[in-house]
Amino acid sequence: MSKKKQRGYSQDVVGDGINSIQKVMEPPKGRSNRGVKYFLIGVSVLFLFIMLVLPLVVVVTNALRDGWDAYTEAVFDEYTVHALQLTLFATVAAVAVNTVFGVFAAVLLSKFYFPGRQVLATLIDIPFSISPVIAGLVFILTFGNIGWMGDFLYQYDIKIVFAVPGVVLATIFVTFPFVFRELFPVLNAQGKDEEEAAALMGAGAFTIFRRITFPHIRWTLLYGVVLCTARAMGEFGAVSVISGHLRGKTNTLPLHVEILYNEFNTTAAFAVSSILVLLAVVILIVRNLVEWKKK
Amino acid sequence: MEQQIVKVKNKKGVRVIPGFGITMGVTLAMLSCLVLIPLASIIISASKLDFREFVEVVTSRQILSGYAVSLSCAFFAAVVNGIFGMVIAWVLVRYDFPGKRILDGMIELPFALPTAVAGISLTFLYSDQGWIGSLFGKVGIKIAYTRIGITIAMIFVGIPFVVRAVQPVLEKLDRQYEEAAMMLGAGGAYTFFRVILPELLPSLLAGFGLAFARGIGEYGSVVFIAGNIPYKTQIAPLLIMSKLEQYKYSDATAIALVLLLLSFVLMFVINSLQIYMQRFTKA
Repeated sequence: MSKKKQRGYSQDVVGDGINSIQKVMEPPKGRSNRGVKYFLIGVSVLFLFIMLVLPLVVVVTNALRDGWDAYTEAVFDEYTVHALQLTLFATVAAVAVNTVFGVFAAVLLSKFYFPGRQVLATLIDIPFSISPVIAGLVFILTFGNIGWMGDFLYQYDIKIVFAVPGVVLATIFVTFPFVFRELFPVLNAQGKDEEEAAALMGAGAFTIFRRITFPHIRWTLLYGVVLCTARAMGEFGAVSVISGHLRGKTNTLPLHVEILYNEFNTTAAFAVSSILVLLAVVILIVRNLVEWKKK
Repeated sequence: MEQQIVKVKNKKGVRVIPGFGITMGVTLAMLSCLVLIPLASIIISASKLDFREFVEVVTSRQILSGYAVSLSCAFFAAVVNGIFGMVIAWVLVRYDFPGKRILDGMIELPFALPTAVAGISLTFLYSDQGWIGSLFGKVGIKIAYTRIGITIAMIFVGIPFVVRAVQPVLEKLDRQYEEAAMMLGAGGAYTFFRVILPELLPSLLAGFGLAFARGIGEYGSVVFIAGNIPYKTQIAPLLIMSKLEQYKYSDATAIALVLLLLSFVLMFVINSLQIYMQRFTKA
């Protein structure tokens, strides 16, 4: 059926057998429909351009506003480099912890039946629906000097709040369900027949995971890890609460951006932001590659 | 993004697959240490609050206006996202055009872009000197440092939720009903509102709810553009933050507790609505 021919419905509904049925099945391609199509595409492109692309352009142009030298100076500043290191450290830690958790929890909830599965799934999702500021607050109420573990930590001179462990814990908390949420639907849809067959043939738990479960989730796992990395890297609210904003100590890149911005050092703030924009774009590309590979 | 758990019970009630103990152990241990125990402390702290003091803090004018700003802006942002998210999902699923893959890949940008970066960049864009802000400034509309600015930041963070909730459902939607409607003489708009939309409504609502909840809790991208003028553009998470900076931990806990309750009630209402609608459409 050629798409170019325009067909109205009215004249063909009753008539020459199979030919007319085909004509009727074909979705209408009238002029008004094409108009709607281009209008909707235009609206979408415009909306996404204004909401998503323009902010990125703003970051890049402002970062380079005072020339390349000012840019490199801001980017290779001692505090910036330190903040980048801390961000990468917290991100790697959070992604590692949440990947291990995500795999175990997804296998548990998809391959075994036990009472309370639904409750467990809901509990795992909690960090997703909580304000990041509250996530940070929760750790201060636990480990801070007013927290119920505060005295204990003070005795042994362990610092969590306003120190690096707090930053890492907050990052883990905020990104906790990400890997699980990606893996679980896939494993659940796959069912457990293959694992049961393997178990009946005498395979151990680890062998079953390595040889049967894992090949099914390889790309999904990578996808979850990428998403988790993106969120962990950019976490601001929770880390901001718990870090205490100690320059050169507990400052992550997003916090460093805030400090520079509040000091009216706008160019430097946008320069540091551009590193994060770059990381975000790379993550988006990897994400799309993974999704393409999955199909 | 609701996950359905299919309850499959082994016929003999025997677990064949090994490894139940270790997966259960690791899951519970990590969940408790990293999420549940810290979360419990907010309840422990809240139980130490004096009730009268709690009510006094939570009903003070500043805090109430904070809740009002957060809720109203998040609601409008979610409505805007509901409309545009629906349009974008429709365009991505039903039409073919050059650059579609790029458009599709861009949707998750607010997820990948750190909120603080989004915050300063939106502020710059919509301030009086900014590219968009100066345009509106000529007409006399201020965007940055007003509730409009807050709403725009919340729209930014909420886009992916609606699009990604509606998209998969729209992809799977059986086209024969719309074809039937068209054959019976319904026009495009009529078919959309009476045949397609009811099928999509539960997922649209789920996306709306997630975007709404995210907007209420959002901090990083909103604080910069909000300007934090007392009684006008202070959002609830910011109030928690400022109480913490003054070391008023009990006040912060009280505000947080109400905010938590609000978002749980919201999620509950939306989930129930969704279940009700699914029953309605599938009956």
